[in-house]
Amino acid sequence: MDWIMILKAFIVGGTICLIGQVLIDKTKLTPARILVAYVTTGVILGGLGIYKHLINFAGCGATVPLTGFGSLLAKGTISEIESNGFIGAFTGGVKAAAGGISAAIFFGYIASLISKPKIKKQ
Amino acid sequence: MKPIQSKEEYQEYVDQKTPNSPIAKNCFNAFWVGGVICAIGQIIFEICKTRGLDETNSYTIVSMLLVFFSAFLTGLNIFNKIGKFAGAGSLVPITGFANSIVSPAMEYKSEGYVMGVGAKMFTVAGPVLVYGISSSIIIGIIYIIFNTQSLTLI
Amino acid sequence: MKKIGEQSYFLQKPVNICGASAIVGPKEKEGPLHSYFDQCLEDEFWGEKSWESAESKFVKETTNMAISKSGIAVNQIDFCLAGDLLNQCIASSFGLRESNIPYFGLFGACSTFVESLILGSCLIDGDFATNVLCASSSHFCSAEKQFRFPLELGNQRPPSSQWTVTGSGATILTKDGTGPFITGFTPGKIVDMGIKDANNMGAAMAGAAEDTLIRHFKDTGTKPSDYDAIFTGDLGYIGKDILIDLASSKGYNIKSNYTDCGVMIFDKEKQDTHSGGSGCGCVASVFCGYIYKMLQKKEYKKVLLIATGALMNSTSSQQGESIPGIAHAVSIKI
Repeated sequence: MDWIMILKAFIVGGTICLIGQVLIDKTKLTPARILVAYVTTGVILGGLGIYKHLINFAGCGATVPLTGFGSLLAKGTISEIESNGFIGAFTGGVKAAAGGISAAIFFGYIASLISKPKIKKQ
Repeated sequence: MKPIQSKEEYQEYVDQKTPNSPIAKNCFNAFWVGGVICAIGQIIFEICKTRGLDETNSYTIVSMLLVFFSAFLTGLNIFNKIGKFAGAGSLVPITGFANSIVSPAMEYKSEGYVMGVGAKMFTVAGPVLVYGISSSIIIGIIYIIFNTQSLTLI
Repeated sequence: MKKIGEQSYFLQKPVNICGASAIVGPKEKEGPLHSYFDQCLEDEFWGEKSWESAESKFVKETTNMAISKSGIAVNQIDFCLAGDLLNQCIASSFGLRESNIPYFGLFGACSTFVESLILGSCLIDGDFATNVLCASSSHFCSAEKQFRFPLELGNQRPPSSQWTVTGSGATILTKDGTGPFITGFTPGKIVDMGIKDANNMGAAMAGAAEDTLIRHFKDTGTKPSDYDAIFTGDLGYIGKDILIDLASSKGYNIKSNYTDCGVMIFDKEKQDTHSGGSGCGCVASVFCGYIYKMLQKKEYKKVLLIATGALMNSTSSQQGESIPGIAHAVSIKI
């Protein structure tokens, strides 16, 4: 177990979340807007080739936040273009991020089958 | 107090009357909860690597497992409490994306499984996919243009 | 002419209020007023499949309770005036679809309850009716679903946000009776203070409340101390503070005998309801539960009830429109 990497993931991931919290409290952006801002930032940083350095440094600290999801879309697109040409611009992104998207849809569906929303008690 | 004359003056007065969010506390909670979620991801990643999986697959498994935990906790009516406590700490990691898909799916179950669960699932997370995928295609097209001119992007 | 001043009216014969009933949900049960409500539920679904049908059941059960308390036969009730926050007022119309009483659905956002009292008084004073049923309701879960986010979404509520009351209040206005009586009213104008933040309804509605309150004092020649208590509907803590400031800037000191139903219904510290309660059911349940009983006990002899409403929906706030407010006032005495 690489404890240094885990610590780095904690610090970098925490910092990315902290920036999001500042945005929520200071700008009154809704959660959906925060998520969109993060994923788009990730795509841009991923496309520019910057984000991979953060991933190399912090591992899941960079991939788990939604910016990592964005950079994965960009990375997938570019590598698919390199292997398949123009069509890759349309197939690469979703292909690379398919695991997360499919899991969210599938588990979301299952959860809705078996569970009911409840009022916040506190 | 002097009578308020204009809407601008009222807005200013209201801003000063409205309490601010406890930003220091919120940021602290967001930092450590977000950090813990990422650290859990890293632990899963390390385990995957010791099992001999390659990096790409390991990251995918991390995403899928975190999505699963998030869906599970949402289904148990626990995730909203974590979210209330941690704010961006649970929203920004992929757990927040999963929660934003699972929560409307559960909420709109009463409208049926097709137009309720199926359609409303993306009310919050839909924009993430729209902007994420669209911007990645734009990045791809830019990449193609720059590459054909034998320039690389940075 | 029953009009006094610019927009206030008195009733030639005060209209009697009877059978006031309030049913509330589990969170309100934990609040400071729980012992005044007729029924507190443990479950926000109340055995129904959806929150919307649970809210309809609130309306149905509360109106039934009001009718049986008043001792008036259903066929003696001439009109039913009811409203809620759900699209096209379905909670009221579904709750009353088996009632067999001529029905008007009202919408005045959270001011609906007092709107129904005013219109009911007009019908009775104008000799169109002898008995009028007035009701309104709101439900935290159905309101969140329609106006905000899914319940299970892990988001934080800003400190200025308010908590929609799960509850319903119903009462019957009659021509004759032993009181308490509605003696007059001041219907409100739409007042837009330019507030766009849907999480700060109190600030958006305080301007309308001030407009109606000051207009009422000027028209009727009364002053704050003429009332034992002044209640606003659901301005919450922030809106209440703003109204006190706004009124004092116009030379009226309401600090000592004014409070807000949204402030009263929850314990802010223990229940984490931020700026307090809101919703049609807030003023309806607090009036039918608490204020009405205090009038009956003669703890209050004369009160002014001002229900406030934010006239917006989720589309208008997404389109960046500001939130117009409205406030209707009725004066009630024993």
